[in-house]
Amino acid sequence: MDWNAFHLSLKLAVWTLVLLLPVGVVTGRWLARTQTRARPWLQALFALPLVLPPTVVGYYLLVLTGAQSPIGKLITSWFGVSLVFSFPGLVLASVLVNLPFAILPVQRAFEAVSQELHDAAACCGMNPWQAFTRIEMPLAWPGILSAAVLTLGHTLGEFGVVLMVGGNIPGETRTLSIAIFDRVQAFDPGAAGRMAGLLLLISLVTVALGYGVLEGRSRRTRRSS
Amino acid sequence: MTHSQILFFALSVWIGGVAWSPVVCADAPLIAAAASVRPALEEISARYTQTTGESVRLVFGSSGTLVKQIANGAPYLLFLSANSNYVQWLADRGLIGGPPVAYADGVLALFTRAGLLGERDNPMTGLGRAVENGTVKRLVIANPEYAPYGSAARAALKHAGLWLRVRPVLLVGANAGQAVQYALQGGVDAALVPLPLARSARLEETGYLQALPGKTYPGVELRQQMVLLPGADPPTRRFFTYLQSQDSREIFLRHGLRRPGSH
Repeated sequence: MDWNAFHLSLKLAVWTLVLLLPVGVVTGRWLARTQTRARPWLQALFALPLVLPPTVVGYYLLVLTGAQSPIGKLITSWFGVSLVFSFPGLVLASVLVNLPFAILPVQRAFEAVSQELHDAAACCGMNPWQAFTRIEMPLAWPGILSAAVLTLGHTLGEFGVVLMVGGNIPGETRTLSIAIFDRVQAFDPGAAGRMAGLLLLISLVTVALGYGVLEGRSRRTRRSS
Repeated sequence: MTHSQILFFALSVWIGGVAWSPVVCADAPLIAAAASVRPALEEISARYTQTTGESVRLVFGSSGTLVKQIANGAPYLLFLSANSNYVQWLADRGLIGGPPVAYADGVLALFTRAGLLGERDNPMTGLGRAVENGTVKRLVIANPEYAPYGSAARAALKHAGLWLRVRPVLLVGANAGQAVQYALQGGVDAALVPLPLARSARLEETGYLQALPGKTYPGVELRQQMVLLPGADPPTRRFFTYLQSQDSREIFLRHGLRRPGSH
């Protein structure tokens, strides 16, 4: 069992969630309410990682931020770190790949808040910020939780983009899914099997808990109404 | 257990998993090596740690993939290639940190499933006959574009006049390790793979494994070279020296590689 890889996977998932969830809430809310004509294009842009193979995203990141690229050179000279083959680069890649998982459920949840409620909040003298925190957020909460659970689960299972952007560096970019691949290539099916089992278990528990919390909430809502 | 208790438990597992830091030697030298030397190098690094108390981190892949990663800024400090061409490729771009050293000569092997070849067959002639008869439905090699053993396999097939005939049945691994792993999964009639990896995967237990002489793949050399990369620190240099020791050479030989320049 590669505990370093296990720790790294959890760390990557949490960093991705912490950075992405605020982006998801702000962008999802904006997409739900905006009247701009560019909306279909923006939605398509955010949904792209769903339809593109992760290797395409990985390829562009490698080309854009690699040591030979202008952006890569700039980042290395400013911050002294490289974005490829390092943990910060992995976080960036993971944030990009998970955009649809963080934005789309939140957008749907905010879309479900009807115009009448917005009007009622305004009539009651609430300013937009109060309406957002007291009316919209509590109603959109299930969507935000779904986004969080999907982001966590999807990051745990990420493979293609991690391998391309991160390589397979022990303690830095060798996540659990990469470690499984590595053990298979080392003809060590026992270790690969144990790690695959662990990944299955964490993913199942994480997603089931998300659904469990949502279900408990809707049951309480039904009871109180 | 109530919902909130379960939630609390799961959150603690997550937070604990992130906060708890396993023993990582994050500063141990990072060594990139051709997939074909994995069994030997893992043994050498284990013995190195036992003898000196120092450790190294190993990353394996096809030599072609690894040099591309090095050019893109991968933080490797030492590179063990499966040939000398990729080391030269790095040298041409000023990406090496010292003179290259040949550590072994690679050996290509032919694996055939039990019953495919007769006992007295010359391996490549026998393979040719099996291909002509249509009994070879799957032939595994590593990718000739960026894996040195893959290009040796392609050269062997071309030299035997089989390349065009086998192309429809080729199964190509991303590196030599994946090629052997495909052969190990079964359902494969023949494979042209590195001898050390095939031995480590115990391929001979499911069929025949024969080392091929260098003259079967003319024009391709498997002179395996290693080279320090820019920024190599003293711990990396110590491991580099250890790789040239008698102990290490013996391990390379025991895994089926040959002394450099011996054939």
